[in-house]
Amino acid sequence: MTIDITVTINGRLYRASVEPRLLLSDFLRDTLGLTGTHVGCEHGVCGACTVIIDGDSVRSCLTLAVRADGATITTVEGLGTPEQLNALQHQFRECHGLQCGFCTPGMLMTGMDLLKKYPLATDDQIREGLSGNLCRCTGYQNIVAAIRAAAALRNETTP
Amino acid sequence: MKAGDVAYFRAQSVSDAVAAFRSCEGDARYLAGGQSLLAAMNLRLLTPDLLIDIAHIDALRGIERRGGEIRIGALTRHAEILSSPIIASHVPLLAAAAPWVAHPAIRNKGTIGGSIAFADPASEFPAVALALNARIELDNGDSVRFVEAQDFFLDLYETAAEPGEILSAVWFPVATPDQRCTFDELARRRGDYAIVGVAIVADFSGEIVDRIRIVFFSVGSTPVRALRAEAALTGTALVDTDIELAQQALAGDLSPSDDVQVSAATRMHLASVLLRRQLGKLPVPTPKAVRA
Repeated sequence: MTIDITVTINGRLYRASVEPRLLLSDFLRDTLGLTGTHVGCEHGVCGACTVIIDGDSVRSCLTLAVRADGATITTVEGLGTPEQLNALQHQFRECHGLQCGFCTPGMLMTGMDLLKKYPLATDDQIREGLSGNLCRCTGYQNIVAAIRAAAALRNETTP
Repeated sequence: MKAGDVAYFRAQSVSDAVAAFRSCEGDARYLAGGQSLLAAMNLRLLTPDLLIDIAHIDALRGIERRGGEIRIGALTRHAEILSSPIIASHVPLLAAAAPWVAHPAIRNKGTIGGSIAFADPASEFPAVALALNARIELDNGDSVRFVEAQDFFLDLYETAAEPGEILSAVWFPVATPDQRCTFDELARRRGDYAIVGVAIVADFSGEIVDRIRIVFFSVGSTPVRALRAEAALTGTALVDTDIELAQQALAGDLSPSDDVQVSAATRMHLASVLLRRQLGKLPVPTPKAVRA
């Protein structure tokens, strides 16, 4: 059994025929070759596979590709480019908010959602927002610092 | 690991969904937010033959006041519960529990109906439903029936819902002005399943407890009411000696088991600590004489 779906990802329209059991994470990586989204635990614990679906951060490993039919999705490939990083990516570089990079796509997509929705006035809010994303290298300090810096810039630029 | 092969059907109505369930010869599952179901399928703890997607059924949406109750449609996401002014003012215990449910990305998808129907004994919302004795609305496509939360959670992942019935809404009583509530849990990481958690709701006459319901979760195969501790506190003003008696009574209420996180003895100790801490935080109404 396969089902036809139409999805907008990073501004581009994709049509595909997918098995119902295919996870959105595997659809992105294996079917479309968008390997920026990483797959860690596959049961919702590590947060590496986080993408933005219709404006909300979501675990792509806990989403069936068939249910993304008609959705608008942003993955890490939809943020900046290597030549022109977006504001949050830039702060991750400035603050050394990554080491091996495995968790980084999930951290960035979670961070984008947090920056859009929350005041992030305190580190506690940032840490609580990031609680669903595991990093095994950095000890989190510089990830928190990167989001803090991006939040400060956001507050300067939005009246 | 990947999920097993499964068929998929997108239902447009409850009767549509129930018909698909009844015509399936194998194991059919209703799919709402999927935040527990898909995790279990990815681990092949569950291998259903058919997923019936109920997320597009409008009748399962909405938060509204109906008389003395707030009806919360099954598809209401945890993130919506967190931001709902109706729930904040009328079901404060549910609002207090919502920030503890998983992480933001999971709260963006997970639904209250799914959480209560799945009946994970470590979940927050089943405990809140039991503490407030919410009414669980079950729809079999032809008619609707209600089961009180105290009769709903039967055993590990087992509820009073009949095969094919859809949990369509949860009805919570509107909090009264003399009611106070508190919620807390202990977990290794914020948003993970609790080692132990507690939901407390109390009705006061002045500073005296008229009625109190204390529900622990992650301590057994269902959320558990601490009936002996409740009895020890009813009619008291929650002074230290009352709370000590309630803590002692807890030994007769709970019989937690060991797991990979902690021993049964540690879990029992933490339950007692949580009880004292949360009773201390319960904002006792100011006596009228003082207020005047």
